Amino acid sequence: MKNIAPTRYEQLIAEAQSTEMILNIGPQHPSTHGVLRLEVITDGEIVREVIPHVGYLHRCFEKHAENLTYQQTIPFTDRMDYLASMNNSHAWVMGVERMLGIDKEIPKRIEYIRVLVCELNRIGSHLIALGTYGIDIGAFTPFLWCFRDREHIMNMLEWASGSRLLYNYIWVGGLFYDLPVGFEERCREFVNYFRPKMAELNELLTDNQIFISRTANVGVLPLDVAINYGCSGPMLRASGLKWDLRRVDEYSVYPEIEFDIPAGKGEMGTTGDCWDRFKVRIDEIEQSVHIIEQCLDRLQSDLKRTSDFDPRARLPKKIIPKAQDFYLRAESPRGELGYYFITDGKTEIPKRVKARAPSFHNLSVISEISRGVLIADLIAIIGSVDIVLGEVDR
Amino acid sequence: MSFEEIKELIARKFGENAIAGEEHTGLQPALQIKPDIIAEVCMELRDNEQTYFDMLSCLSGVDYGVEENMFGVIYNLASIPNKTQLTLKVKKYHDRSREELPSFPTVSSVWRTADWHEREAYDLMGIWFDGHPDLRRILLPDDWEGYPLRKDYQVQEYYHGIKVN
Repeated sequence: MKNIAPTRYEQLIAEAQSTEMILNIGPQHPSTHGVLRLEVITDGEIVREVIPHVGYLHRCFEKHAENLTYQQTIPFTDRMDYLASMNNSHAWVMGVERMLGIDKEIPKRIEYIRVLVCELNRIGSHLIALGTYGIDIGAFTPFLWCFRDREHIMNMLEWASGSRLLYNYIWVGGLFYDLPVGFEERCREFVNYFRPKMAELNELLTDNQIFISRTANVGVLPLDVAINYGCSGPMLRASGLKWDLRRVDEYSVYPEIEFDIPAGKGEMGTTGDCWDRFKVRIDEIEQSVHIIEQCLDRLQSDLKRTSDFDPRARLPKKIIPKAQDFYLRAESPRGELGYYFITDGKTEIPKRVKARAPSFHNLSVISEISRGVLIADLIAIIGSVDIVLGEVDR
Repeated sequence: MSFEEIKELIARKFGENAIAGEEHTGLQPALQIKPDIIAEVCMELRDNEQTYFDMLSCLSGVDYGVEENMFGVIYNLASIPNKTQLTLKVKKYHDRSREELPSFPTVSSVWRTADWHEREAYDLMGIWFDGHPDLRRILLPDDWEGYPLRKDYQVQEYYHGIKVN
């Protein structure tokens, strides 16, 4: 082992002044959103340095994926970002389908159902982000409202797939089942119910002066720093860049669907502050509702269910992609979710799989944007990043 | 800029030897770069206005198997203004001796996001990154033995008196 120089971490701890204190936050602290441990060097109330320690939820995704077939790995991808399982498996399935070269043959109805459930899941995931952010700041009511509305989404997805959180619904070449009879109507009811509820949430929280004073101009993330740290999703968009892989890569049926890309404008303070990140998620929910309506329009008109429609008709019997390396990226609620496959062309098992988790990168920027803030603001910054530790640690 | 143009650009700036090979087997072509100059090549690709790969999407450490004894790192670059992607690879022979790890130059000075990615590659694959400011284990405990994603990995029997396997 050729370790010589002390690492940055060792230096930071060794050089802490006698007036400074090293404070541990987490891993079992509610405001760290899971099992994140932060070592914070503080001078009184002021944060000098933040050192995140991750890995408490490491479940060896990449090691498991080397021993399982592509189809068997789908439930494992669900467990990475457990708040947005549909989006995770959608990305995985698209990657495998592209490698097999069957991505153009998937029936339109299946693609629209995939987009529909992904966007439902995106709303559910953002609702958790917004609700728990309220709790971090000290507002309890929005949390209950968000969970009340998310419950409808959970019930619908449970109806379609059989489970509430980890669906295993999107399969390579098709779906687990077709949508249950009456799903489209139920979904439309939900959309009509949900629109006014979002307006209520905005009145209660987004435009609330206490909330604005607590989040505006806090944790400002400049655009160049965001890009250099590989931030993506709402984090990057809040810094003012309209970068959405659904538009950039135009995968699935997104090119046929109309939606805007919300970006931070610094309405309440500086572009890229905590309020902007919150606001981008609010706007994205709006856009997702819009996407869902368009999907429902198609699913209820020209792509209507027929009695002979079988979502498993095109499942490949054996999934053996030819030998290659392939990186696929897709937009999950937290940002750019990527899978890097290395296949040998002989077996049904990939040689190596690497998952590029958006939360992992979004979290790494924390120490950069929280130097010199108050400890209370540090909590506001962590909440605004919206990490899911299942994905950070994989 | 197309793949061929990028190849020419690298050959022009760093000499013909800079490119150790290229792969066209799959949907995405990949450029294999000489390991010693990967950081300079990355810096050039990031700063050159024609390529402008300002984002490092993914960095993966790879063990190419017990027969070959090759280790590699793969860089997936993305350019936001040009909306292009590029895959770079470096590969090196290593005899799996326990004294020394296979080592590559760090690109964490080019993209800060490589910092955690390289820590992960070190943690799980046992690849050393020369010049990395903070190379510690990231996902596994500090005193874990071995590198789990290597093809010859044997899991330790006990960890602090807890039966592992």
